[in-house]
Amino acid sequence: MQVPEGTTILRAARFLEVKIRTLCHHPLLKPFGACRICVVEVKKGAGSEVVTACNTPCTEGMEVSTDTPAAREARRLVLELMLARWPNVAVLRQLAQELGLEQPRFPSTLRDERRDACILCLRCVRICEEVVGACAISFEDRGIQRRVVTPFNEPSEACIACGACAHVCLTAHIKFVPEDYRGKPPDFLLGPNTAIYMPTAQAVPKVPVIDRDSCIHFKTGACRSCAEVCEPGAVNHEMTDEELELEVGQVLVATGFDLFDAAPMVQYGYGRLDNVYASLDIERMLNSTGPTGGKVLLKNGQPPRAVAILHCIGSRDEEHHRYCSRVCCMYALKFSHLIQERTAAAVYNFYIDIRAFGKGYEEFYSRVLHEGANVIRGKVAEVVQAGWSRQEEGPLLVRCEDTLIGRFREIPVDMVILCNAIEPRRDADKLGRLFGLSRSPDGFFLERHPKLDPVATTTDGLFVAGCAQGPKDIPDSVAQACAAAARMLGTISKGVVEIDPVRAEIDEQRCSGCRVCNALCPYNAIDYLEADNVSRVNSTLCKGCGTCVAACPAGAITGYGFSDPQIYAELEGIMGV
Amino acid sequence: MKSQSDPFEPRIVGFLCNWCSYTGADLAGVSRMKSSPNLRIIRVMCTGRVDPTFILRAFQLGADGVLIGGCHPGDCHYQEGNFKAQRRVLLLKRVLRDFGVDERRLRLEWISAAEGEKFARVSNEFTEEVRGLGPLNLRGAAEALPEEVSA
Repeated sequence: MQVPEGTTILRAARFLEVKIRTLCHHPLLKPFGACRICVVEVKKGAGSEVVTACNTPCTEGMEVSTDTPAAREARRLVLELMLARWPNVAVLRQLAQELGLEQPRFPSTLRDERRDACILCLRCVRICEEVVGACAISFEDRGIQRRVVTPFNEPSEACIACGACAHVCLTAHIKFVPEDYRGKPPDFLLGPNTAIYMPTAQAVPKVPVIDRDSCIHFKTGACRSCAEVCEPGAVNHEMTDEELELEVGQVLVATGFDLFDAAPMVQYGYGRLDNVYASLDIERMLNSTGPTGGKVLLKNGQPPRAVAILHCIGSRDEEHHRYCSRVCCMYALKFSHLIQERTAAAVYNFYIDIRAFGKGYEEFYSRVLHEGANVIRGKVAEVVQAGWSRQEEGPLLVRCEDTLIGRFREIPVDMVILCNAIEPRRDADKLGRLFGLSRSPDGFFLERHPKLDPVATTTDGLFVAGCAQGPKDIPDSVAQACAAAARMLGTISKGVVEIDPVRAEIDEQRCSGCRVCNALCPYNAIDYLEADNVSRVNSTLCKGCGTCVAACPAGAITGYGFSDPQIYAELEGIMGV
Repeated sequence: MKSQSDPFEPRIVGFLCNWCSYTGADLAGVSRMKSSPNLRIIRVMCTGRVDPTFILRAFQLGADGVLIGGCHPGDCHYQEGNFKAQRRVLLLKRVLRDFGVDERRLRLEWISAAEGEKFARVSNEFTEEVRGLGPLNLRGAAEALPEEVSA
């Protein structure tokens, strides 16, 4: 075969899908030749020689054999020597098994019995230097004393806690312990676990994103591993946020909602007690492409025995939001259904009222009841840790009054799910001001009319849909969005826009050219004509507010629809003169 | 003087802006809130349209109070019409004082389109306040003046 100049034997073999075993090699690292496991036999003149495949470049007419007696023997010898020193390391034992090596021949006085003993492949040191660019660890001493350490054996200042060294470590000798790890399985963090990831399994467009805060490249400026392995060259670290200016005639505001933060409601322990989750955390956990693959698990990795679902957290609450968030009852019932389907846990719903208002919802409610979900009418007073100390992981205790039997109850559970309220977006006031949108007292955007025009706003060409306008579930959001889209398309297909005839006009005969109105107009719709010493209203810019009409000292401006005589006539009419 | 059987019912003129206060009044109606029937509303596109002479004319025609309702500061549909109205109202109040009209008879309120409840409250409050102030009777007062002054 033909390969580009400088290609190593190992790379060429990988390309041909010929397996050459190796320990110290890593595709992102430069060849190093530390382990000598990758030895192959190369024909040379009449005889042959045994070389390491990882760092020997291919040459013209080279003939390589991977499985000759000489190569096999060399490989076994290297492995036997390694096993003599590290007899219990899993990667070495597995390799020995693959090579059919039953018992190493050599005893060693330097035996390191630890299962996670460092075998000095130095992948960690090299990745820290070559890829991460931090150079936080290196090896010290030589020969049999050689070991991997941080400078002076102190916690390294250069370390950026990226975890790359632990990731490439063959023996789990290096362990990565993030601060909030607390001995829980690392794949249980509910967020993404890598710096480059698919936002969701159904992401559109289907491309991964890079998290700037955890990406090594943005910390040290080195590592471009993802870009290097990406064959189409699609990874671009230089991309930045762009501001686009678009000229549009209509805008649909569908900015959605924020989830109520339950941490200030300290009685429920969100963010303080383990295994107390917000609804979106659970939604993520129940997702079959989520971090637990759809399994319902406690932080210790065990399935729960009892789960409490607390309705109306922050909604229907005088202290927080008075409105009902509408969707929580139904997703709480969905959680009950899924948890009972996937675990053997008992599920307790604590509700104020169950509002199963939509098509098929009441039927689903009774189905969940028949499946054996417990529903308790009463607001939970508090969730406490039942263990004796904070460190001890005990079950949680949910205290509430069961208003249907009139008794105070304490129910031990492993997991608590809070059904947080739907809130207006935190920047809704800023957005409202930008578009001139009013907001109702609950903070959601105000529609033109609550019954007759629930998609339009008081500003022409501006529409609202979804939770930006008020809490609603998916079918309602879809219906409202479709209605808004149809309204906008209707305007576009008509081709003309009707504007209010409310406009101002200046009687040039009476205008003295004082220019008082010029400065008052918020739309710069009044031009001063120097030659005639009069002002004139540009009727396409004028919005008809009438400020200039009220201000004109000469009474030269008429506001159509709201002229002085019209308003005087109205006044006389209502005063019964 | 009015007799006991014919209690004083103040007549109040309200100039409400189309986008906020008028819509708020509409919302109060849609929500079936009770608001004072003494308030007679004139819709204007913006409080910036309210010429001070409208207010004086209303008092002249027999109004006992005038309410101006506009958008909250920063929420004006026309950017800053409500500020212009505020400036005019402050100046006009001084003029009213010189005319011998209690400045409490003129009130400026910010009522958003969502504040139907506030509209109902303000209209009721203001009606009661004006009821307490008694009839203005600007016309009668002018007629009662000695001839050389009224001329």
